[in-house]
Amino acid sequence: MVKRFNYQGGFILAGVFGKLKTLKKGMMFPDKYDFLKSQLGKKPIEEASLSEEVVIPLSQHIGAPCKPLVEVKQRVLVGQKIGDSNGFVSAPVHSSVSGEIKAIEPRLIFTGDKVLSVIIAPDGKQEVAGFNGLSEEEIVCPDKVRAVVRESGIVGLGGAAFPTHVKLTPPKDKPVKDVIVNGCECEPFIAGDHRNMLENAESIIDGLRIILQTIGAEKGYIAIETNKIDALHHISNLVSSEKNIKVVPLNAKYPQGAEKQLIQVVLGREVPSGCIPCEVGALVQNVGTTIAISKAIREGKPLFERVLSVTGSGINEPKNLRVKIGTSVSHLIKECGGFKGEPGKVVFGGPMTGFALFDLSVPVVKGTSGIVVFKKGTASISDPRGCIRCGRCVQVCPINIMPNFIGQYVEAGMIDNAESSGVMDCIECGVCAYVCPAQRPLIQFMRYAKSKIVANRKKGGK
Amino acid sequence: MDVGMITKAILILGGVGFILGAVLAIASRIFHVEVDLKVEFIRGVLPGANCGACGYPGCDGLAEAIAKGEALPSACVAGGTEVAKQVAAVMGIEVKEPKVAKKALVRCGGGKGEVSHRYVYDGELDCQMAQQVSRGPSLCSYGCLGLGSCVVACPFGAIIMGEDELPHINWKKCRGCGVCVDACPRGIIALVPENQEIHVLCRSHDKGKAVRSVCKKGCIGCKACEKVCEFDAVHIVDNLAVIDHEKCTNCKKCLEKCPTGCISNLIITHHLHK
Repeated sequence: MVKRFNYQGGFILAGVFGKLKTLKKGMMFPDKYDFLKSQLGKKPIEEASLSEEVVIPLSQHIGAPCKPLVEVKQRVLVGQKIGDSNGFVSAPVHSSVSGEIKAIEPRLIFTGDKVLSVIIAPDGKQEVAGFNGLSEEEIVCPDKVRAVVRESGIVGLGGAAFPTHVKLTPPKDKPVKDVIVNGCECEPFIAGDHRNMLENAESIIDGLRIILQTIGAEKGYIAIETNKIDALHHISNLVSSEKNIKVVPLNAKYPQGAEKQLIQVVLGREVPSGCIPCEVGALVQNVGTTIAISKAIREGKPLFERVLSVTGSGINEPKNLRVKIGTSVSHLIKECGGFKGEPGKVVFGGPMTGFALFDLSVPVVKGTSGIVVFKKGTASISDPRGCIRCGRCVQVCPINIMPNFIGQYVEAGMIDNAESSGVMDCIECGVCAYVCPAQRPLIQFMRYAKSKIVANRKKGGK
Repeated sequence: MDVGMITKAILILGGVGFILGAVLAIASRIFHVEVDLKVEFIRGVLPGANCGACGYPGCDGLAEAIAKGEALPSACVAGGTEVAKQVAAVMGIEVKEPKVAKKALVRCGGGKGEVSHRYVYDGELDCQMAQQVSRGPSLCSYGCLGLGSCVVACPFGAIIMGEDELPHINWKKCRGCGVCVDACPRGIIALVPENQEIHVLCRSHDKGKAVRSVCKKGCIGCKACEKVCEFDAVHIVDNLAVIDHEKCTNCKKCLEKCPTGCISNLIITHHLHK
């Protein structure tokens, strides 16, 4: 007990005296948010109940949408593949319940688009399709591991939902030497990754080992922020005997969990503008993805459920839930005791990068890290005014662009200037808009400039 | 005040002005740059709105290109036949008989009261920006968002926002430059031949029931127009009526049959008024 206290104290002291690595720019959230986050981090993951209807969109990832492999009125089992595509950058989708298929039709998803979805009525039996993992001899073969990862429909669970098997296939001329497991979870309120690190730490380390072996990397890092001190301690103890895996404690800061920022903090290498991380020989995987890889390889279990937090000031009982993909948001809110008072805003994803919802029937997809409900009154409706040139956005921008100027360029219709100011590198983390005292909708401006530039490039391409 | 002082000041300042003027006059002779007068004349004839519809960087760019012979005298889209004739006169060549001019048309009839909204949009008043917030507040995912990006974009002031929250295009002012076509994030505005009277004012490819549930004026793909047309000019393509302007004779039979009124005669609708 005494030894453990000293260990934790060591991290805290190192943090206080600035020995720990952290993002140079970015920002820290007020203490009250950190308190809510740590409170939620103490609650164990619970199984969410089945909803009456499960809506599984056939395009939950970046890349080619899937085609349905099943028919209406057919009975499906848990983990049965229901959609797939021929594209390399794509991932199949699996049924998360056993039951009968009610319909295959376009349904609303969180982005506001209508996407072709398979609608299943669960029968409650949860009969499982037979899963088979790889044997010890087969795990050594990288191609087999990649095939299983693709077949299991694993995508990045941090939010972007990029197909994982593509990440595990780095170009031959750019070998990946360092793999980072992203346990930062720098967004406020949510704590799903935190709980995963406490409850499934063995799977994380196992998944990291599989990744290292598959792509032939030398060193693995597990990056954890010091506001999750229990997880940091737990994983540090587990990897103490491993030679090539290292735990990297980081001081909490937002947006430290963004892929390119994390590489810069942990490895000290900057990913060039417009390039992907393998350019600097690095690979980043979320802790949830690492667990999913381990489960798929060892047990053959496809990705049909995920851990997420339902939280915020407008929810009665904030919880960490293991949710079947396709469960509706309204069912999860009911599961957590309903709304506390009148809801002001329901955000799908983390509060900084998520999407505000107008319809609670949308289903949870693979990339959903949380559902945050704000009470009426706490969700402020912005009243944008002119830029006062205070430069706070420049101070916090993690990619060193100048959001103040880009915002003004967009307002003046000068898209070319916005492009030369580096708007295409923007990761849309939202810190600039968060700190802006004039409440300017800077992220909206950035997205506008990006969409215009992409449209212009397409036009030029023709 | 002393009169002498004033005269002195006038003399000194006047003298300095005279000397500098003389220097400038001599310099302008010595460093004279040959300018193609044609460019100046053509530039004077062009509308000067710098709309960019010709594909050159503004009216100056087009004037140079015409003078060099790289562009045709009729290259100015916005200017139409009038400008083409004048430019041709400057260049000393004949223009061919002009084609029918094209005008911009808003192909949506779902204004205020016709289409309901699925959420309250509270951001910047720009269609593209609204479109990127959950694909726009309007329940119809094809229809006009009514925030007036085309109004702002039009270099000739031909578009105004009507009370029905739809843009109204004044065809007397519209020069068919197509800037509004690019400004619309939903591709509702198109350039149509001026003499074509019948148009489908809907872009929705949704099925009839879905269209009916969100908009009173949308095309439900009922094929009534296709059946009544004697010239094989109207066809339902992907749940939307499409008129073949080559075959259409403006007989207006489809107009009478259309149950929702999404096929419109432009002579009597608001698009030609004002």
